[in-house]
Amino acid sequence: MDITQVLFYALSAMALGSAIMVVISRNPVHSVLWLIITFFAISGHYILMNAQFLGIVNLIVYAGAIMVLFLFVIMLMNLNAETEPQKNKWLKLAGVVAGGCLLLVLVAALKQAEVKGKIAMLGTGDIGLIRNLGKALFTDYVVPFEISSVLFLSAMVGAVVIGKK
Amino acid sequence: MHSALLAIDLFFVIEKLVLIVGIVTMSLVIAMYETYAERKVAAFIQDRRGPNRAGPFGLLQPLADGLKLFMKEEIIPNTSNRFLFILGPCLAMLAAMMTSAVIPWGGKLNVMGREVNLQIADINIGILYVFGVVSMGVYGIMIGGWASNNKFSLMAALRGASQVISYELPMGLSLIALLMLTGSLKMSEIVAQQIDSWWNVVYQPLGFFIFLVCAFAECNRTPFDLPEAENELNFGYHQEYSSMKLGFYLFAEYINMFISSVIMATLFFGGYDIPFFNDAAHADWGNWLVALQAVSLLGKVALFIFLFMWVRWTIPRFRYDQLMNLGWKGLIPLSLINMIVTAAIVLLKANHWKF
Repeated sequence: MDITQVLFYALSAMALGSAIMVVISRNPVHSVLWLIITFFAISGHYILMNAQFLGIVNLIVYAGAIMVLFLFVIMLMNLNAETEPQKNKWLKLAGVVAGGCLLLVLVAALKQAEVKGKIAMLGTGDIGLIRNLGKALFTDYVVPFEISSVLFLSAMVGAVVIGKK
Repeated sequence: MHSALLAIDLFFVIEKLVLIVGIVTMSLVIAMYETYAERKVAAFIQDRRGPNRAGPFGLLQPLADGLKLFMKEEIIPNTSNRFLFILGPCLAMLAAMMTSAVIPWGGKLNVMGREVNLQIADINIGILYVFGVVSMGVYGIMIGGWASNNKFSLMAALRGASQVISYELPMGLSLIALLMLTGSLKMSEIVAQQIDSWWNVVYQPLGFFIFLVCAFAECNRTPFDLPEAENELNFGYHQEYSSMKLGFYLFAEYINMFISSVIMATLFFGGYDIPFFNDAAHADWGNWLVALQAVSLLGKVALFIFLFMWVRWTIPRFRYDQLMNLGWKGLIPLSLINMIVTAAIVLLKANHWKF
């Protein structure tokens, strides 16, 4: 086991553990904080794959901006475990069935996939470095890139329109 | 067994450890004396004497203040969460200290035949790392304000967080214009380019101005210190804090001020470049040249810190809607224009000034 593998297993454990805590935390603010830790672990994985740009942008955008907005909403709504409405028993059962179906589909899909040939290159490869990423985005993938930026722009305009109402 | 197993260069680890300890200590000591300088500058501007009892010229005043904060009674209110209440100031402090990791403090030292770079980590995404850490700083304020279980703290924390997020945008946009010129995100590379030619502030005066204003807002300094507006929000997000936990919040602000001064000096004012002096021609000075470079950087930083204080004791506080208007309707369009003009000029230059 070299240091990359040690880091990989530590980060994976951290990501999975905090992701589970997101789901089982009673307090929604704690859930958000666990989710931030999950993002940190995922960014660590990106950096292990030498995709530094992706890792840090994941932190800036998701952990730094989107989760702050989540926290805003949750803190202002003043949600507590006591005031949380208890769900119907049948609704819970339906949730279990739906979740089980999703698990089945995921397992079936992953069983077919060729995982062995697609192990991520750890610590090697430089496609994730910002220069290469920028070149790929602005030459090979320029049309999808532009289309997605138009999508973002329209989403922003939509947000402003809704905010003005 | 372990060192062979993990294949770590022991000297590398020691070198980085010494650097980290040195830089953290330096940040703390400078932040400590910033509090002293702030009071002296305020006194000078208001025609007073300032602290002058503890030690010669009051130089021991920061130590006395620190001792006072440590000795005070620590009160933890009946909060919704004790752990988060303690985590808040820790996060604020951690985020403030982490930024210094990518800053080049000087050239290469020569220690016993080894080249020691005066930079903890020269990573590919240097300036983005700074942004990432700065955006983490919001959590210190938000978690502390929420865990205080006090509506004034919560309102102040939300104000602070929305202010920091709003001003991150023009800051990032003004940086994009700068990065178009440098073509690199590496801090060391940005400094090296400025040593060879003019400082970036010559090419990006508007960008620097926007960055400066945003840095004031990010540090919660006057005129943007709305999270601490005591006439509206009692004392701000740290109202329920006492003793050294309050000290950590206040101290984090001073460290942030130091670090943002360093970043401004590095990005726009040549970093450790000594002005009106050809560094490359005096390479034979060796370690002395590196020391001079570090002193030069700290000198620039001192000027910026003085600017921070000067503005604080000169300009009154904004109203909250004025702050948001300035950020969203003033600075963002301005930085967008700056970005487009810079991009056009860079493109024209690459095209040999032909349309």
